[in-house]
Parts: sequence; C-alpha cells; structure tokens
Amino acid sequence: MTMTYEERLQKLAVQKEQLVVMTAENRAAIRNLPKVLGSRFIDFGITEQTMIGAAAGLALRGRIPVVHALATFLTMRAFEFIRTDVGIGKLPVKLVGGAPGFLSEANGPTHQAIEDVSIMRGIPGMNVFCPADLDELVAGLQQIVDDSSPWYIRYIATPSAVRHYDQFTIGKAEVLGDGLDVALITYGLMTKETWRAKEILELNGFSVRFINMRTLKPADELAILNAAKECSLLVTVEDHFLTGGLYSIIGEIFLKHKVMADVLPIALKHQWFTPALLQDVLFNEGFTGEQISLKVMLRLQMAKHVHEELSHRRHTESIL
Amino acid sequence: MTQQQIIELELRSLRVREHIIRMSTDGGCFIGASLSCADILVYLYSSVLRVTPATVNDDQRDYLLLSKGHDVPALYGTFAEMGFIEPSRLANHLKTHDSIYWHPNRNIPGVEFHSGSLGHLLSVGIGIAMDIKMRGGRNRVFVVMGDGELNEGSVWEGLLVASAYRLDNLVIIVDRNEFQANIRTEELIPLESVDKKFKAFGCWVKRINGHDFEQLESAFSHLPFTADRPNVVIADTIRGRGLPSIERRADRWFVNFTHNEVEMLLDELHGAQESDLTSETLMVR
Repeated sequence: MTMTYEERLQKLAVQKEQLVVMTAENRAAIRNLPKVLGSRFIDFGITEQTMIGAAAGLALRGRIPVVHALATFLTMRAFEFIRTDVGIGKLPVKLVGGAPGFLSEANGPTHQAIEDVSIMRGIPGMNVFCPADLDELVAGLQQIVDDSSPWYIRYIATPSAVRHYDQFTIGKAEVLGDGLDVALITYGLMTKETWRAKEILELNGFSVRFINMRTLKPADELAILNAAKECSLLVTVEDHFLTGGLYSIIGEIFLKHKVMADVLPIALKHQWFTPALLQDVLFNEGFTGEQISLKVMLRLQMAKHVHEELSHRRHTESIL
Repeated sequence: MTQQQIIELELRSLRVREHIIRMSTDGGCFIGASLSCADILVYLYSSVLRVTPATVNDDQRDYLLLSKGHDVPALYGTFAEMGFIEPSRLANHLKTHDSIYWHPNRNIPGVEFHSGSLGHLLSVGIGIAMDIKMRGGRNRVFVVMGDGELNEGSVWEGLLVASAYRLDNLVIIVDRNEFQANIRTEELIPLESVDKKFKAFGCWVKRINGHDFEQLESAFSHLPFTADRPNVVIADTIRGRGLPSIERRADRWFVNFTHNEVEMLLDELHGAQESDLTSETLMVR
C-alpha cells in the first residue's frame, strides 16, 4: 500500500525544517498536517495572490514553501505573482495544483485547469511535474522538494494507473514496451486510459510503445526522438488544451532537432469540456481507453490504406 | 530629536534629492514620486532600520521593501548617502553594464526584492514577517507603498492576512502624495478616509507629515505601536517635494529632462527661482 501524499509530505517536513506547508483553504489532501506542523502550516484563506507573494517572502528567508490551491486559481488568479515573485526571483516554491484537467469533473469551466501546463512552463526556470497517479506523486515528491527550482505539480491521488518499473528521475520519461507501430505519449490522469488503449491496440495486433512523460519540463527529449525515429505514428494524449501542452512540447523538440514525424494529438481542441462526473467526462470527450484506441486504429488504418493505395498506384503505373 | 540631528537629516535628504534630479535626464525617471518619499527613506535608513551596508545579508536585519518600485531613485540616492553603494555608481543609471534601472532589483546591495508591479511586496513582506515570527526573531519588515498602489486588491487581501496572523513586526508606510500616475487620487479612485480603511482592516494607524522629521520620529519611536496588530503610517507628502516647478504637477510624473533643465532644477532645489521647464511627462497611463 502506497503512503498518501499527506504522509509523504509530513515525512519530508519532519526531515526538513525549512519546509512550510501553505494552502488557500484547500485542506482536503493535507487535513492532518496542521496539528503535526504547527506554525509551519499556514492557511491563507482564499487569498491566492497573497499566498504566493508570502511564499516568495518565506523562500527569501530560506524556507521551501509547498503551496496548495485549486489548479485554476493557483495558476491563473495568482499567475502574475507566480511569474513576478517566484519566477523572476528564481525561488524554490513548490506549487501544488488540485483538481487539474478532467479532475475538476462537474465543476464547470471556471474550475477547468486545462491550460495550466502551458502557462506554467512558459515561466523561465519553472518546472512541471505531472504524476500519473499517487504512486508517482509520492515517489517524485522528495526530488521535487530538494530541487532548487520552482515547480508546478499537477496533483493527483488516484491509485496506480500502471505498474511502474522505472524509478522516478526528473527529466526522464517512463518508457514501457518497444513497439514500432505506434508510440502513445501521455502524462498525468490520462496515463491510465492510455494504458488501456495500449492493451486494446496490442490485442488487435499492433506493436505499441508507451511513454509516460512524468515531468513535462524538463521533458525527456531522447525518449521522444527515439519514438519519432522508430515508430510509424506518435499519439499524444492529454487532458489539456492542444496549445502549449505535450503536443506543443513535442513540436518544439522536433523543430529543435530538425525532426518530422506523423503525430496524432488527442487533446481538448479549444473548447471547455462538458462538466460531469469523471467517467462521463472521459466518455463524452472521447478520452476512454477504448475511444483512444479506436482513434489510433483509424489513423493507422488510414495510413495503411494510403500506403497501399500509393504502392498500388505505383505498381499500376509501372505496368502501364 | 536635537536640532543638530534634524539639520543632518535635512542635509542628507537634500543630497538624496540632488541624486534624484541627476537621474532625471538621459532617459529620465519617475521624479515626482521619488521626491515625495525621499524624506521617509532617509529617516528610516538613518534612524530606524537595523541594517547597515555590512549587515545586508544578516539574518537579524530589518527588511525594507519598496513596493511601489518606481520611486527607486530615492532608495538608490539614500543607499549612496548611507554607504550601501558608491555614489559614483548612480552615474550608471539606465546603462546596460549596471542594474540601476527604473525599478529595484537585487543586484543592488540593500535591495531586498525586485518590484515594479504594484501590490506585490506587502504579501512578500508578510511571508518574511511570518518566518521571523516562526523563528522568534526580533527583526521588523517595513513595506513602503504608494497611495495609487492602494487601488490594487492584493493590498487589501494582504491586510486581511497580516491582521489575521497578528503581524506586529510588519510596518506599512504609505507615501500619501495624493497622485496616481497622472491623476489625483481623489479625482479618480478616492481613498479617503484612508486611515479609517486601514483601521477597519485591523491595523494600528498613525498619520503624519512625511516631510517632517520630528513627526517621523514620534511616529516610529515605539514599534510595534501596539501588540498583535500590523503597524501603518500614512505619511502625507507632496509629489515633487523640494522643487516648486514640479510639486503637485500631474504632468511631471515621469520626465526626461535636458541637461540644462537638470542644472536649473539643482539650483531650484537650493533656493533659486522656479525652473523654466519645457519637458513634460513622457509616460501617460
């Protein structure tokens, strides 16, 4: 049984006297910490801007603030404070965004953090950790806290999405399988459904490579470049807008290394998702494992069809 | 405070104002706001703050955060007079080989944090004050804010938190020069009664003339003003103080004067007649 996020954070706080836990009255994941940490637990009420500015002040005094709020309000209400105080200050503040992406479920668009990766990674020096599940969040937390950079963490507490074999390392993706037909590339919540898609694709005879990015900044360029070189199709799956997330990151890597590949993005294409319970959101938006696998197969069949058509045409032309 | 001490402070302020005037050419600076808070900064660094050029990194030092930021020529002028930086360094104003630009930054010894975006450093000061409390420290955190800056919601958010956490080691000084950028505060977003607003947010408030060293002395002589409450000093000031040709002029917010105008202004500072200025504010918000 994995320890909870709260237990892991508590253990780190006990080891590290510099660690302070802050929240904008979002205590769900850290409800037992006030009595353990005393004055090192600071609840700011619903004042995201003040909380971020104060986190910068605490960091100036040598503290490592681990800051909690809902992902939308943390990254957007307080964006300029993050960029100006934490970012320009290069301060080791760790921002934990709750209910990111589809996890906001039925709250509606006000609560949908689906541009958070884009805006956080746009801040110089800010890194981005998107754990697939509780196991990965707990496994990565110490490295994130020990790192001298500011970090944005897409919080997740769901049980194991996949069986993790690789140890967590900042900037290193978890690559499972060495399939050549398609590389499924994902992060965070979508890891679980994408893994299901991998299983379905394999049942249908495709050879699949599975890449869980873990940290989107720094991103594992080598894992992406190898997939581009070796696989016929790359698929990005993310509960994030198409702009600025994983699909954009891969595009940036390709431009940097002068690489081109066939990429199918599965992302939110510039519209808010219809609010509902998680399973219904996944289905309604086309993000279940089954739907992902169908989209991929359709694309692979199309590619195969085009390929056959072309070779047929070439064959016909050579006869004529 | 003795007459001799007052004269020394006034002379120091005069030299700081000379530095500010010299920074108002070859690109210019926010001269009006710098002149309004010069006496406050000179007084704090001379008589209140437990920080010296030798202790700018000391854990026990007092912190001063210049939240409005664009009045930084007054801070750098004070730093030059108090030995934090070489006075000759001010000649690097706006030069790429140094870091003396229109807003503060930590490349200058004595600057605790960068600013420029209004309404930030109260919250940063709250974090510093919280850490000092956690460690049982005795140092104080001074946050200098502009009155136009009080438009920002984050200021009032911060006051709620500062009061909730009883940060009596936090001292907020409002440079009440009665101007936003180009418009009088009372004509655009009225603030009065500003002292009552701070009181209503749980602070202990004093209101003084921010150019009168005896009043500054009486305001800051006992800190905290009372236990468990943030301290607030509303310092009524005059934007452009010391230069009648600039005082209370909406069109002299940010000015890039000619060298000739700078010479006239230096004379004006020392009692000559009002300068015949043609340069006006370059920035209109």
